[in-house]
Amino acid sequence: MNSIYLSLLVLSPLLGIVLLAFMPKTGEKGIKLVGVLATLPATVLALLAYFSYQGGKDLADYGEKVRWMQFGSFGQLDPNLFTVYYELGLDGFSLLMVVLTAVLASLAALASFHIKREWKGYFMLFLLLEIGMLGVFTAQNLILFFLFFEITLIPMFFLIGKWGYFNKEKAAYSFLVYNGLGSAVLLIVIMVLFAKTGTSNIEALKVFLNTEGAQLPTPVSDSVKMGLLIALLIAFGVKLPIFPLHSWMLRVHVEAPPSIVMLHSGVLLKIGAYGLIRFGMGIFPEQFAELAVLIAVLGVVNLLYGAFLAFIQTDFKMVLAYSSISHMGIVLIGLGANNEAGIQGAIFQVVSHGLISALLFFLVSVLYERVHTTNINNLGGLAKGMPLTAGFLLAGAMASLGLPGMSGFVSEFMAFLGLFREMPILAAVGCIGIIMTAVYLLRAVLAITYGRSDRQYAGISDLRSFEWAPVLVLIGLIVLIGVYPAVLSQPLESIVLGLGG
Amino acid sequence: MDLETLLSFEWSLMTPEFIVLIVATLLTLLDLFLPKKFNRNHLGWIGLAGILLALVSVFGLIGRDPGSILYDTFRLDSFAKAFKILLLAGSALVFLLAIDYEPKEGRGEYRGEFFYLFLTALLGAMIMSSSGDLITLFVGLELLSISSYILAGLRKTNVKTNESAMKYVINGSISTAILLFGMSYVYGITGTTNLKAMAGMLSTVSDPQHLYLLGLAFFMIFVGLSFKIAAAPFHMWAPDVYEGSPTPVTAFLSVVSKTAGFIIVIRIMLSIFAAVPTGDEGFPMLFALQDYIGFLAGATMIIGNVVALRQRNIKRLFAYSSIAHAGYILVAFTAMSYVMFDSIWFYLLAYLFMGMGAFAVIQLITAKEGSEDISHFAGLYQRSPVLAVTMAIFLLSLAGIPGTAGFIGKLNIFLGALMVNPSHYVLASIMIATTVVSYVYYFGIMTQMFFRPAAGLARAEAAATVQGEVPAARRRLPTGTTAVIIICAAATILFGILPQLAFDFLQSNFNQFIDFMQ
Repeated sequence: MNSIYLSLLVLSPLLGIVLLAFMPKTGEKGIKLVGVLATLPATVLALLAYFSYQGGKDLADYGEKVRWMQFGSFGQLDPNLFTVYYELGLDGFSLLMVVLTAVLASLAALASFHIKREWKGYFMLFLLLEIGMLGVFTAQNLILFFLFFEITLIPMFFLIGKWGYFNKEKAAYSFLVYNGLGSAVLLIVIMVLFAKTGTSNIEALKVFLNTEGAQLPTPVSDSVKMGLLIALLIAFGVKLPIFPLHSWMLRVHVEAPPSIVMLHSGVLLKIGAYGLIRFGMGIFPEQFAELAVLIAVLGVVNLLYGAFLAFIQTDFKMVLAYSSISHMGIVLIGLGANNEAGIQGAIFQVVSHGLISALLFFLVSVLYERVHTTNINNLGGLAKGMPLTAGFLLAGAMASLGLPGMSGFVSEFMAFLGLFREMPILAAVGCIGIIMTAVYLLRAVLAITYGRSDRQYAGISDLRSFEWAPVLVLIGLIVLIGVYPAVLSQPLESIVLGLGG
Repeated sequence: MDLETLLSFEWSLMTPEFIVLIVATLLTLLDLFLPKKFNRNHLGWIGLAGILLALVSVFGLIGRDPGSILYDTFRLDSFAKAFKILLLAGSALVFLLAIDYEPKEGRGEYRGEFFYLFLTALLGAMIMSSSGDLITLFVGLELLSISSYILAGLRKTNVKTNESAMKYVINGSISTAILLFGMSYVYGITGTTNLKAMAGMLSTVSDPQHLYLLGLAFFMIFVGLSFKIAAAPFHMWAPDVYEGSPTPVTAFLSVVSKTAGFIIVIRIMLSIFAAVPTGDEGFPMLFALQDYIGFLAGATMIIGNVVALRQRNIKRLFAYSSIAHAGYILVAFTAMSYVMFDSIWFYLLAYLFMGMGAFAVIQLITAKEGSEDISHFAGLYQRSPVLAVTMAIFLLSLAGIPGTAGFIGKLNIFLGALMVNPSHYVLASIMIATTVVSYVYYFGIMTQMFFRPAAGLARAEAAATVQGEVPAARRRLPTGTTAVIIICAAATILFGILPQLAFDFLQSNFNQFIDFMQ
């Protein structure tokens, strides 16, 4: 059971950090090369794990567990009481998230070629961020989860605040305070659970809290459980983000460098969904069922709010930011349905939106690099100057609005299928959002690609050498999931059955 | 007492104290008789050697059974040993800082005092950690306080220093008076000053009149001690004193003196008030008074962290931050869980390294600039990346970010507050919320270091760096300060990643501090 495979996977970017620390500050090419290469071991290992799982390997084999620390002097009493282990593991869902993270990190590192200064610091923080994200999805206990969760916070603060656009510092602070509060609430939940049960292992907590008459150091009443779940909803609601807690995320999407936004919207937002599914649904299934209606309503609100506001934005980055909020609504809708189809839809949406938004933001970075604006009104006529970019932009938008044959369709369909079974009226209201998605995305994309041409695209090159890689990989994955969803659904089978049943 | 009884005592229990005392005396004499030309920094190295020797002797005493001498006035139990390690380690780091300290106007003829006053203050703190009697406790406290008053005012020609020393003396004396007044009630009721004897007498108290008097005594003593640990609302002296004092003294007050403050709080409160039964079930009086301590802890955290948001002077900012940290530790004390001793000790250990490290960087930066405005940190990353990164480690640890010792310390306190039944949800929430507030000012310093371009003098220096010249910051890196920064950064990370090292040390050597009351 103790393989070091996952530790290698999670900590492999550390090698890059160490290498970078000894490189001279000015060697731009070398630094960028090392930065990109350092993300590759994780990608290779993650893909290897995925394919050997497809080949029949048991995911439990990847687990690892080492004693880390024990609070208080309970050693003689019970060596497990209040002990925190360093334990990593994989299940189907986390395997998917790890693959998504590793692939997006490599692509985002490629996209970081646009970074103009202080590459060394940038890539060191970037790799630290990757460690945090990979760790979040493999951690098997809440304290380790929290540790990795916070590790993502610090590099993000600096990446936004130093390499972002005009209002970067404000965005960085906004990010820090909102997420700081979110993780504070999360820490309270974690510590209450830990203090009351003496363990922070997720599987153990599932058993302890849902078995009648389990032996606990202090009892946990139903109302406490409900309180904890609501706190979890708030904590991950900041991250996801859920409607009233979303303002920081808009700032980050607009101000952060696009390569970081690829990761932020592709992976970091998904930690919210991951947490809700893994902890909210996993540890408090009864309470979650009671809150299902609330969550579905929040989902529909998110969906509609994001869609309507995306419709009136003039900055393409803002359109995408609101579109992210809207799409996260679909995740909530799937969770609110709380049945097999719904949950599967939610997880599909998590992965699919990760790929789509990464693609769109990569294209934004390509655009910004060349024309230095993302304002829709100034971009008109793109199809003439940069036909390939425009084409892929349209493809990305199509995937995002749920064109059949692409990943967006599968996830939206499943999520709504789930909700229609439980709450048909709410689902019908939510469908307006689907229509709105098509409207705002087409409005924005058409205005950019065709529209009135205000600028000369002469002398501006289309996609170049390394820029092809992210575009092709992402489009390929989006289509693959759309055409053959089993690549996702197979690892999820055991999870979804366990959760929704 | 004749010579025979005097010799019959097991004096070896006091080895660390004797070493510090002898070295302090030696330094005084040397300072008196050595010629003026002699560089007094050598005295600092002698003092440092003495402290390290004392530290070694404490480790040598660890295996020994708890014992007491001088008719139970001096006890050497696990508590004393564990906290003496903190005091000595903290003082050793302060010495390293003090050797390099050079204020703008120079230290002139007062260099010698600088060193041996630190030693006498340390001696006082050590006596406090080991005392089993109100008299020795008070003598230790006064030795610490009076030495600190002089240390705070050592820059005689500096106006702010004079103000700070004056404020410190007045506030300190008033708090001492209140403390003594409270102690006198306890003495009046029990007729003894020995803590163990007091506890024995008090465990049979049932007269409501006596309980009433004990309640009064509790408030008096608690208020008096709150001054010493700078807990709100008795914290007002701290920012002024911290700002005006020489930086090593500030570090000493904020780390070693604070540790000593918590030592006396635990000694008195647990010995006296945990022994008093109240109500029908004989519930200890201290538990009944938990809410008051909790209230103070909450207020301290809120005031410390919120006021720190508005500070521009880095030392004032750290004064408020230090107040906030006192609040966190008070949370552990309020909860009185199984892990109370462990969590307080670990937090003080973590605070020792992160606080001392931060002050080392502050001393290095502000010494050149002559002012302590936060803007001097601007562009530090360009000027000297290593310094900026180590400072970032200390700040992250102070903010309680995972991967650092500060996080484990907070986790431990947090766990204690939630472990007891009924759990202190409110206190825990305040603690976590104010921690988030503290992000804003800690990250504010980081914004200066990493995002902002350097200004003024610093800009010229940065330009020089670009042209390939050696910048002033790197030209003469003082050995002592560098050592402090390296040790503190390494320890902050080490205890953040492998906290079990410290936990195992506690568990295997001090056995949960069960000999505290025996």
